[in-house]
Amino acid sequence: MASVWEYANPKKFIETTDRILPWVAGLAVVTLVGGLIWGFFFTPADYRQGSTVKIIYLHVPSALMAINAWLMMLVASLIWIVRRHHVSALAARAAAPVGAVMTVIALVTGAIWGQPMWGTWWAWDPRLTSFLILFLFYLGYIALWQAIENDDTAADLTSVLCLVGSVFAVLSRYAVNFWNQGLHQGASLSMDKEQNVADVFWYPLIVCMAGFVLLFVALVFLRTQTEIRARRMRALLARERLS
Amino acid sequence: MPDLGKYATEVMASYAVSLVLIVALVAVSVWRARSAKAALDAVEARIKRNG
Repeated sequence: MASVWEYANPKKFIETTDRILPWVAGLAVVTLVGGLIWGFFFTPADYRQGSTVKIIYLHVPSALMAINAWLMMLVASLIWIVRRHHVSALAARAAAPVGAVMTVIALVTGAIWGQPMWGTWWAWDPRLTSFLILFLFYLGYIALWQAIENDDTAADLTSVLCLVGSVFAVLSRYAVNFWNQGLHQGASLSMDKEQNVADVFWYPLIVCMAGFVLLFVALVFLRTQTEIRARRMRALLARERLS
Repeated sequence: MPDLGKYATEVMASYAVSLVLIVALVAVSVWRARSAKAALDAVEARIKRNG
């Protein structure tokens, strides 16, 4: 059986993801569009929240991906720190803008949802605040990659930043449980049938979450390929200048 | 179109903002992927040509 570390070879990574990417992207489009259409057109209004419940199909999956994108970056950064595989560092770099956009979607849809439900666009609530800090970490991470010319140094420093930012990724997930205060309710999804959202909202939500995960995977594959090619081009141009 | 009642603006705004951001992210990613591939191909071809 082939070792997973084979995919740390840039050529092997591009060859493999080139084969998988059209399927993942196609599946992402089908599940995302299907889930959103199902949620928007074919689910009823909630008895308390009215039609704003339809925002759940964007808010929850984007928040889920905002946190998990950072955790994926954490794993990739740890692989870089321990094993020095360039593909892992570049995958973390590729995931950051995707995670940042997911965080913006979660923050914006949360504010739009919060206004009619809580009577305010924003509150310095533990979950909202930790999510905003997570977004600032995303911006800092992207800026740090841009600011440092040497790829290896950039990968080292951004990996450390990613380790620090992971505290806020975890906090933004569990802030409600830690502090048990603020406006934001607990997890929308629970294994406890009593606490979980009703099935009529739950099934399309699952499809939307799958769509967001697949979209994330497809974008990270594509963007990692781009980063690998850009890195190779920089190396070739540098070699050409020296000769 | 479902009846969104008094929250139509909020729901439509959420979908509009999110879809614009997602489409923009995908478009920028695809555009960057194509230009990086084209640029690398050009550099590799030039290096091959010049030995």
